[in-house]
Amino acid sequence: MTTHTIKQLLNDAFQPELLEIIDNSAAHAGHAGARSGGGHYHVTIVADAFEGKSLVQRHQLIYKALGDMMKHQIHALGINALSPSEHRT
Amino acid sequence: MNVTERIKDQLENNPVVLYMKGTPDFPQCGFSAQTVQILDACHAKYAYVNILEDLEVREALKEYSHWPTYPQLYIGGELIGGCDIVTDLYTKGELSKMLAAADAIAE
Repeated sequence: MTTHTIKQLLNDAFQPELLEIIDNSAAHAGHAGARSGGGHYHVTIVADAFEGKSLVQRHQLIYKALGDMMKHQIHALGINALSPSEHRT
Repeated sequence: MNVTERIKDQLENNPVVLYMKGTPDFPQCGFSAQTVQILDACHAKYAYVNILEDLEVREALKEYSHWPTYPQLYIGGELIGGCDIVTDLYTKGELSKMLAAADAIAE
């Protein structure tokens, strides 16, 4: 369910060429961070918006697109954000 | 001092600051633990703030930096990133250079 919402928000924000979301929550079930209900996810995304941006800026763009989801549903988000030219090389 | 001033004070007076869950000796989250390990591997000198014991900073820094998760590493007052980015910079050999440039590597 959360994976679906993440996908929708990122698709709307970036119109990515490639978007993959892996739900790693099961691997972290029971540890302190997972207790509050937030899941662990990994996102691979390729979009024009990341061209010429620093790593921090790329992550900030993604966090902004996900908004309030970062407060509750998501405890940790691994991000691999590439521009189309970086992805091809 | 209000909370924003406290954050600025921490960042201005320490070349390297790690905002983390727990302490370097007893990290309370795997991502904070990994970041500590990497900083130790670089022989970094750094200050830390345990955000589990400072809820005011915990909430305010998220807004300040537009970064909603912890850990957060700062060098020279600038957000470098979380565990992902720190790991990435470390494996590329860039983190040590950034720490050296900030004069934050132990003799």
